[in-house]
Amino acid sequence: MSVELDVFVGNTTIMDKEVYQLWLNGYTVNDAVKVRIEGGVMEECEASAEVLLSDTMDQFRTFQMCERLLQNPAKLANQLLFQIPPDRQAMLIERYYAFDDDVVREVLGKKLSKGTKKDLDDVSAKTGITLKSCRRQFDNFKRVFKVVEELKGPLVENIKQHFLLPDQLARDYAAIVFFANNRFETGKKKLQYLTFQDFAFCAGQLINNWTVGAVDNMVEDMDVDLDKEFLQDLKDLKILITDKDLLDQHKSLVCVALRGKTKVFNEMEANFKNLSRGLVNIAAKLTNTKDVRDFFIDLVEKFIEPCKSDKWTATDVNLYLTHYTNSAHILDTFKHQNVWTRYMGVIKSCILRMYHE
Amino acid sequence: MPGKLKAKIVAGRHLPVMDRASDLTDAFVEVKFGNTTFKTDVYPKSLNPQWNSEWFKFEVDDEDLQDEPLQITVLDHDTYSANDAIGKVYIDIDPLLSSEAATVISGWFPIYDTIHGIRGEINVLVKVELFNDLNRFRQSSCGVKFFCTTSIPRCYRAVMVHGFVEELVVNEDPEYQWIDRIRTPRASNEARQRLISLMSGELQRKIGLKVLEMGGNAVVGYLQCFDLEGESGLVVRAIGTACTLDKLSNTYTPATAINPCNSSPSKDIKEAGFGEEAPGVPLSSGPPTPLRAQTFSSFSPSKSYSRQSSSSDTELSLTPKTGMGSGGSAGKEAGPLKALLRQQTQTALEQREFPFFTLTSFPPGFLLHVGGVVSARSVKLLDRIHNPDEPETRDAWWEEIRQEIKSHAKALGCHAVVGYSESTSICEEVCILSASGTAAILSSRFMQDIFIVLCLCVRFEDLMSPGCAFCHIPYDELNMPFPAQLTYCHCCRRYKVPDVLFTTIDLPTEANVTGKGCLIQARLCRTKKKAQGEGNATAISNLLPFLEYELHTQLMNKLKLRSMNALFGLRIQISVGENMLLGLASATGVYLTALPSPGGIQIAGKTPSDITYEQHISNMQKKINDTIAKNKELYEINPPDLVEEVIGSPIPEPRQRSRLFRSHSESSDEVSELDLSHGKKDAFVLEIDDTDAVEDIHSLLTDAPTPPGFYSCNTEIMPGIYNWTSALQMFTSVRVFRLSNVNLTNQGLNKVFNDLCENLLKSLYFKLRSMVPCCLCHVNFTVAVPEDELIQVRTPSTASITENEDQLQFPLELSAESSSNPLNSAKGKLSLFPFALLALFTLKTQDTPSVDYSSFTDRCSSWIEQLRLKAHTIRCGSIKTMSSLEKASPLPEGRSRSLRSNRSYAGSSVTVVKMTPLSFIPGTKIIKYLGIINMFFIRETTSLREEGGVSGFLHSFIAEVFAMVRAHVAALGGNAVVSYNMKECVFMENPNKNQAQCLINVSGDAVIFVRESELEATPPQPHSASAQTSSSGEGT
Repeated sequence: MSVELDVFVGNTTIMDKEVYQLWLNGYTVNDAVKVRIEGGVMEECEASAEVLLSDTMDQFRTFQMCERLLQNPAKLANQLLFQIPPDRQAMLIERYYAFDDDVVREVLGKKLSKGTKKDLDDVSAKTGITLKSCRRQFDNFKRVFKVVEELKGPLVENIKQHFLLPDQLARDYAAIVFFANNRFETGKKKLQYLTFQDFAFCAGQLINNWTVGAVDNMVEDMDVDLDKEFLQDLKDLKILITDKDLLDQHKSLVCVALRGKTKVFNEMEANFKNLSRGLVNIAAKLTNTKDVRDFFIDLVEKFIEPCKSDKWTATDVNLYLTHYTNSAHILDTFKHQNVWTRYMGVIKSCILRMYHE
Repeated sequence: MPGKLKAKIVAGRHLPVMDRASDLTDAFVEVKFGNTTFKTDVYPKSLNPQWNSEWFKFEVDDEDLQDEPLQITVLDHDTYSANDAIGKVYIDIDPLLSSEAATVISGWFPIYDTIHGIRGEINVLVKVELFNDLNRFRQSSCGVKFFCTTSIPRCYRAVMVHGFVEELVVNEDPEYQWIDRIRTPRASNEARQRLISLMSGELQRKIGLKVLEMGGNAVVGYLQCFDLEGESGLVVRAIGTACTLDKLSNTYTPATAINPCNSSPSKDIKEAGFGEEAPGVPLSSGPPTPLRAQTFSSFSPSKSYSRQSSSSDTELSLTPKTGMGSGGSAGKEAGPLKALLRQQTQTALEQREFPFFTLTSFPPGFLLHVGGVVSARSVKLLDRIHNPDEPETRDAWWEEIRQEIKSHAKALGCHAVVGYSESTSICEEVCILSASGTAAILSSRFMQDIFIVLCLCVRFEDLMSPGCAFCHIPYDELNMPFPAQLTYCHCCRRYKVPDVLFTTIDLPTEANVTGKGCLIQARLCRTKKKAQGEGNATAISNLLPFLEYELHTQLMNKLKLRSMNALFGLRIQISVGENMLLGLASATGVYLTALPSPGGIQIAGKTPSDITYEQHISNMQKKINDTIAKNKELYEINPPDLVEEVIGSPIPEPRQRSRLFRSHSESSDEVSELDLSHGKKDAFVLEIDDTDAVEDIHSLLTDAPTPPGFYSCNTEIMPGIYNWTSALQMFTSVRVFRLSNVNLTNQGLNKVFNDLCENLLKSLYFKLRSMVPCCLCHVNFTVAVPEDELIQVRTPSTASITENEDQLQFPLELSAESSSNPLNSAKGKLSLFPFALLALFTLKTQDTPSVDYSSFTDRCSSWIEQLRLKAHTIRCGSIKTMSSLEKASPLPEGRSRSLRSNRSYAGSSVTVVKMTPLSFIPGTKIIKYLGIINMFFIRETTSLREEGGVSGFLHSFIAEVFAMVRAHVAALGGNAVVSYNMKECVFMENPNKNQAQCLINVSGDAVIFVRESELEATPPQPHSASAQTSSSGEGT
C-alpha cells in the first residue's frame, strides 16, 4: 500500500513557522522530517512519522507554490490564490528575505552574476548552509539589486516599498546592493576578520553621507552611486599632506590636544604623518573606480594595521580621529572644511567600527 | 424581452506573458451571453490592462438569464496568427435575479484556464434590469431563492414548508462525443464546463417553477449532484425542500403574506380522496417493491427498466407489520388530542407524493418524533441516454427508490422522511443509487393552516417535555416493526423510547444530552470478483446487504464502546470499484438523556473448555470494559443511573449488559430482515475463533482516541459544547492510496481501509494542533475507488472551530473587567486562563492585523502546554455547573469580543472570505443571503511531473477552486460561504503520458455576516435598520 496522492488545502492557508524555516534552510522533505522528529513534535502530539511526513510534504508544497509570489511580495497582498492573514504574509516575506551573515559575507561586493552563483557550492561547503538556501539568498540579493538598481530616490525606502521588508532588513539589503554596485573588495585575507554587520554599518555611512541623495534629498538621483562631485572635491584635501607647513601645524595641534590623554602618545606622534598621508591619499584616489573598490582594504592597510601594531585601543583611535578631524578646522590656510567634515565623518565611524581589539 | 443584462470590463492584472519577445501581452476581452458576443479594444503591451469598456448590453429572456452563465474570455491579440486564449471566467448571474439577494456583481475574478489554471485576474461589473413578467405560463422562475443550507436560513422565518421538489436533466457528455476526437482538450473541457453550467441553470429554473407552482418562494436544502455516467451520458439532478420564507427583518405579519398561496395545487386534488387510508397506497402501487423497514438493495438485472426479482427474500417477516404504518398513530399513552393532531398532519403529508424533507434541522416544534433511519439502494445498469429530452428512465429509477423510502417510513409508523438525501456511485456501467433519510412525525404547524393548528400545537407541546419528545417512539408498541427494547423515557417517564436511535438529521437544539458527542465511523471493504454487465450487477447487489449489515454492526458496537445511545447525521456511503466495494458510515454519537443507558459489550468464546483461551477472552473483555470506562470519562457521560434505580421504571430494565452482535438493541433502521438471518445463528455468542470476529474486535479497539483538546463530529453542532469562538478554518483533504497487493483478503483490505481513515484523521489532528482546543465539525469522508487498486478518501469540507473550553471562568472574569483597557486586562488573564486567551487571540488575528501575532501565538501555546494539566482540573471542577450556565455563555463571550472589535481589513486589498460547511458562523450573525454558489471546474494537465506530480497538481487545483469561490462571493458583496460542500472531486491520471484530469463541483450559500459583538455595539434599534447599517459597514 502506498500513498499516491496526499493533499491538504485550507481556506486560510495553514503554515507552520517551524516547517517554513526548515524549507527556507533548504532541507529535503526527509531531512526536515528527521529534524522535526528530533525536535520532539511526535511526543508532543502523539503523531507518527507517517503523519509528520505527510504534513511536511504538504507544507513544502504550499511553500513552493507561494515562492513565486514571495519573489514579488507586493503581489502577495492582492493575489487571490492563497488567503493568508496580513501578519502571516509579513512573516513569510521577512523570513524569505532573511539571510545568513556568513553567506552574504562570501558574496559581498562581488558581481551578482551567474559566475558568482556557480561558486555558491563553495560557499555552501564553507558555511555549512545548504546549497539550496545559498541559492535562494543569492537570488534574493540579485532580485533586489535588479529592481532598485535603476530606481531613483532613497535606497532603503525603495527596498522597503518594493519588497515590503522591515526597516533593519531593508537596510541590510541596501548595504548588499551598495556593495554589489560599487564592487567593494571584501574578500582579501586582511579583511576576513570583518563581519557582514561591520560592512553593513559602513555601507550605511557611505549611503547616508557620500551619495548624491545624502546632501540633497530633492535631487532625483540614485542612492547606489557615490557623489562624483564630492569625490572630485576630495582631491583638494591633498593639500593637508603636500603642504609641509600645514602638515606640521596639523600635527602640533593634534599633539597638543592629545598630550597626556593617551598611553600611545609617542607612537602617535611618531606615526602622525604616515597616518595622515594614508587617510588623505585614500580620499584623493577615490575618483578611480579601482581605488573605490579597495577603499576598505586601504583603510585597513593604511590606518588600522599601523595602529594595531602600536597597540592603540579603540578609545585611542577615537580620540585621535576626533582631534585629527577637529584640528584641521583650526588650520586657517585650509579652505575645504565642508568636504573635510563630510569625508572624515564617514572615515571615523567606519574605522571605529572596523577597529576590532 | 424581460431582462437586460449589462456587463462592463474594467481592468486586468497579473496577466501572464503571452509574447515572449516583449515579455508583455496585448489583451482584449470577449463577453458572451447566449449567442451574443461583444469585444473590448485591445489593450496593447501590458500585463495590467485598463480596458474600462463601455457597458455591454444583452437583451434576453429571463429563461436564458437563469440558464446561461455570462462568459468572459480574455485573449491575447495576435496580428498574424490566431488569437491565443488566456482564460475564461464564468459568472452565474442567478443571484442578481432575486430582489433580496445581490444587486450588482463587481470585483476581481481569477481568469481560469482548464490547462494552465489561474492566469491573472479581471475586474468586471455586472448588473441586471429585470422587467416583471406575470405570464402564468412562463418558463422562468426568477426570484425563487435557493439555499444549500439544510435548515431554515438564519435571517428568515419559515412560514410554510411545502415539501419535496426534485428534478433531473440528462445530456450527452461532451467528453464522449465523436467531436472530442478532433478537438483540443481545452475545447473539450470548456464544452463540458459550459454544458454543466447550462444544465444546472436549467435544473434550478425547473425546480423554481415547481416551487412557484406549490406556492413557495424558496428552496432550502438544495442538493444538486451530477452523475458522470461516461458513455451513457451526463445526469444532473437536484432535490430540495420548497418553503415559503419570510425575511425576519420584514415587519408585516406572516399570515397576510402566505394565506393566498396556501393551497397546494394539483396534488391536493389528486390524492385527496385517500385521506387516512393512504397507507395502503404505496403498497398497492408498488407490489414488486416490498415494504421493508430497512435498507436493502433492489436490483434490476435488465437494463433500464427495473424488473424486481431477486433479493426479496426476507419480506415475509414484514408483511404483517405493514398494517400499522400510519395506523400506529395513537399509542396507548397518547391522548386523543395527539391522535387528532397526528391525523391532521398525516393528511397534510399524505397529500404529497413524497413527504420528504432535505432539511436536517428544524424550527422548534416542527419535529415531533423520530422513528429511525430509512434507506434504500438499487443497482442499475447504465445504458446510453438516447433522447436527452426524455430523462424518464433515470426519473423512474429514482421514483422507485423514493417509493421504497416512503414505505419504509410508513413501516416505522412515520408519515415523513427528514434529513433526506440521494447519492450514486458509478463504476463502468454499474450504478448504485442510494437514498436515505430519517423517518419522522412532523407537526402540521408549518404545513397546514397555521391559525387552526397553532393553538393546538401549543397545547400539544405542553403535554410533552420538549427535550425528549422527539425520542418517543412513533410506532405502536404492540405492533413494532422490528424487535426493540422499549423503556419509558428517562426524562418524562411517560412515553416509550427505544434503547438506541439512529438518525440522519442534526441533533435537535432542544434535545437533552449527557456529556459530549463524538465522531463515529464504520469502515468496511469487501472484495468482489471482476465481472461485466449483469453478472457484475448481481454480484454487487448480493454483497450489498452484508456490507450494510456489517457497517451497522460496527456502528452499533462502536457506539456502545463509547457508552452512547444515539447517532445523528448518519451518512452511509457505498462506493463500488471494479474488484471491491467500500462502505463508510460516519455519524455523531451522543448520549441522549431520554434514552436508556447502553449496556456494555460482552464477548464469549465458543469453546470455553480451553483455559488459555478463556484467559484470552477475559483479557479482551477487560480491554473492552476499560475502554468503555475511559470513554465515559472522556466524553463526560455520567448519566444519573442511581436516581433511576430509586424511582424504579415501570418496565424492568433489560439486561444490564447487552451482548455483542445481539441484535435486541437494533431499534432503529437496520432490522428485521437482518434479524432473521441472525436468528438462524447463535446470536448471543461472539465466536472468537472466527477471524472475522477477532478482526471486528480489533477494529473496535484500534480506533485511536482523539487527542486532548480535539473534538470531532460530522454534524453542524458538536453536542455538549456550547462555547464557540468565531475562528474557523475550512479545509479539504484528499488522499489516494494504491494497494500494492491486489489479491488481498477481506480482512486485509479492511485493515488497509481502516488504517487509511485513521491516518487521515490523525493527520488532521496534527495539522490543526495549533488551534487546540478545537472541534472538527462536519467531518464527512467521501470514498471512491477510481481504479482497480486505488482508494480515494476525501474529507470534502471540514471545519474546525476553535472553542474556548473554560468559558465558565472566562466570561465571568471578563465581564467584571472595565472595558477601558481591553488588551492589558486580557494579558493579565493570560496566565490564569489559557484557553480563554486563545479565544481572544484568534479574535485578534482577524481583527487587528497589526499586532505581533507570531510571538503572541508562541507564548499562548507555551502557556497552554504548561497549564494544560491545570486547565483539565478546572474543567472537571466546572462540569456540574456547566448545564446551568451554558445557555448564558455566548453572550458574555460576545461582549468580550466587543471589547476589542476594532475591525480593520486595511492591511490587504483582498476581502477575507470565510468558507464553512456549517450553516452558520459561530459568534456571528448572518444578515443577508446573496445567492447560491454552484460551480464546476475541470483542470487538466499534460505536464504532470512539472507541476509537482499528482499531489502538486491537485493541491494547486483545489487552491484555485477556493480562490474562485472566494472571488465570486466577494464580487457579490459577501464575506463568507456557508453550507459549503465539495460535492464532486473526480481525479483521473495517466502517469505514463504525464497527464491528469480533475473535476470539482462545489456549492454553498454566499452570505454577509457581522460579528454579534458589532451588532450589540450598535444601540438597540429596529431590526431592519440595524441590519442595514451593518451590511453597509461590511461592504467597505
